[in-house]
Amino acid sequence: MTTQITHPVSVPGTERTGSVPGPAPSRVRRLARAVLPGPAPGANGAAMYRRWWLPWLWTAPAIGCAVVFGVFPFLNTVLLSFTDAKPLGGAASFVGLENYTRMLDDSDFWLATRNSILYALIVVPLMVLLPLLLAVLVEKNLPGIGFFRSAFYTPVLASSVVVGLSWQWLLADDGLVNTWLEKAHLIRGAIPFLSDSWLILLSAMGLTLWKGLGWYMVFYLAALGNVPKELHEAASMDGAGAARRFWHITVPGVRQAMMLVGTLTGIGSLRVFTEIYMLGSSTGGPGGADRTLPFYIRDVGLDPITGNAGYGSAVSVALFLLTLGLTLLAQRLTKEDEA
Amino acid sequence: MTMAVEKRRRLMPRWRDYGRPRELVVRYLLLFLVLGLTIGPLLWQLLASLKSTGEDVFGANASLLPQHPTLRAYRTVFDQVPVATYIRNSLIVVTLSVTSQLVFSTTAGYMLSKPGWKGRRAVWVVLIASMMFPFESIMVSLFLSIRDLGLVDNLAGVWLPGFVGAINVLLMRGAFLAVPREIEDSAMLDGANEWQRFRYLYLPSAWGAILVVVINTFISAWDDFLWPLIVLRSESNMTLTLGLSRLQSSSFGYDQRMVMAGSVISVIPVLVLFVITQRWFYRGVSSGAVKL
Repeated sequence: MTTQITHPVSVPGTERTGSVPGPAPSRVRRLARAVLPGPAPGANGAAMYRRWWLPWLWTAPAIGCAVVFGVFPFLNTVLLSFTDAKPLGGAASFVGLENYTRMLDDSDFWLATRNSILYALIVVPLMVLLPLLLAVLVEKNLPGIGFFRSAFYTPVLASSVVVGLSWQWLLADDGLVNTWLEKAHLIRGAIPFLSDSWLILLSAMGLTLWKGLGWYMVFYLAALGNVPKELHEAASMDGAGAARRFWHITVPGVRQAMMLVGTLTGIGSLRVFTEIYMLGSSTGGPGGADRTLPFYIRDVGLDPITGNAGYGSAVSVALFLLTLGLTLLAQRLTKEDEA
Repeated sequence: MTMAVEKRRRLMPRWRDYGRPRELVVRYLLLFLVLGLTIGPLLWQLLASLKSTGEDVFGANASLLPQHPTLRAYRTVFDQVPVATYIRNSLIVVTLSVTSQLVFSTTAGYMLSKPGWKGRRAVWVVLIASMMFPFESIMVSLFLSIRDLGLVDNLAGVWLPGFVGAINVLLMRGAFLAVPREIEDSAMLDGANEWQRFRYLYLPSAWGAILVVVINTFISAWDDFLWPLIVLRSESNMTLTLGLSRLQSSSFGYDQRMVMAGSVISVIPVLVLFVITQRWFYRGVSSGAVKL
């Protein structure tokens, strides 16, 4: 009587086929099951007793949120980029490609784009490598290693604002770093970390790296667990040093994870805002010279008085295209890497 | 007697079991170096917040350790700045976000882990699609939506876009898929209905993933800066990060020790949460990564 429940029908293509051993049903039988009356295709015991609207009810909030605050805003951004909408309301009119032509002639836009791309170019390689080295360092189970792992993770927990405040005081003209360097007679006169536009950008990158280290360290720790220990043992028997083992065993072993970290940090670098805001003040560096694309979008698109949501949307579309390009590039590289 | 000693030796590893002495020394030196670099700035912040007014926070004469440690700065920051209001606002946003994320990511993740209902794939596609757009590239349009809803300068406007995240739904789905089907079958034989199976079988089994959802939501809501900066306007509605950043930009009028104290206050809740949950957290992170 209960056979149909204790031995549920296994459906190819679903994730839950593990419990029924035996060959998968042929294509003909699958087709027949889909067409003929009876339990719905893919039905198992649970599904047969479930009302059809129940899954929709349970997933409705997630669908709603994804549509209203994910898909719709994007489509709307594309639409808005052809108008001159104002952030605080009022009539918006269609202006065609005007926002885009304005964008191409806008030197501030290109400056922000350059800053964002530069950010990615510098942060990504370091963020792929440094956390990996750190993970290798904390991988071995030494006494007290749990404490070190947790301590390295703390910057991840602090908000960018708090971390920014702390760095601001470290890097100020009379801050800790300058004071120490002067005491050690390495420099004469303070390094203008917070007033020179290049130094602000570099300091912000340092801040991003510092805050991300712990996060990607944990990520790599999981990946390192899959690198066979025997390889390391065999290599060290053959007299390979730590550096050689790192490049020839560890790195190939976590290659996929490195690719993923590269993609994630690349996308993350294009989204940088708070670091610049905290270190370069709310103007984004002297004269806005350190503004990244999100910073620029906020400045031109959301300023209550001078803002133009239409133009801001056009820049948003540019940011999206840049992100998309980066993602596709990363995908292609990953594919080539696997082949 | 000798047996017992032998046994204890094997249970308690000795230093030399961890590798050659030279390698060990190098390892620990590096560990302490990185330790100084990672928690140094935060520790310095904590120490500076404990300094009394007579001491220099920075400059050539500043010492690292407070000479006369005092909690005065913590009192001042509450007196001079509406920190209590900021904290209350942050807590409101965090509570709303964690609750909604938790409830709706588990229900949606559960249904998506179940085969046999029409439209499942379509839901999947919508969720994935919603993750494709970086927040920064849709924030202008999001703000206009929030404006049309009349939620500018309202904490609900801060919360609403983070109502339930697709990534958390996928995470919960992965965790529910890992529950062996045989257990569900036997629960069904015992007459458990769908709600009971969800509540008493699946939720407890996905404990690790639930914790990851809670912690990630808590941290991102508590630490979020850009979106509250866009939505909130008046002082009485500001969240803690926003209030702190304002302390900085008008810092000339403020005592630095006080701002440091404010920063420390904002880190404490997340730190406490992390310390309590870290044992499960690492496990959850790795299990979620595999399932995704």
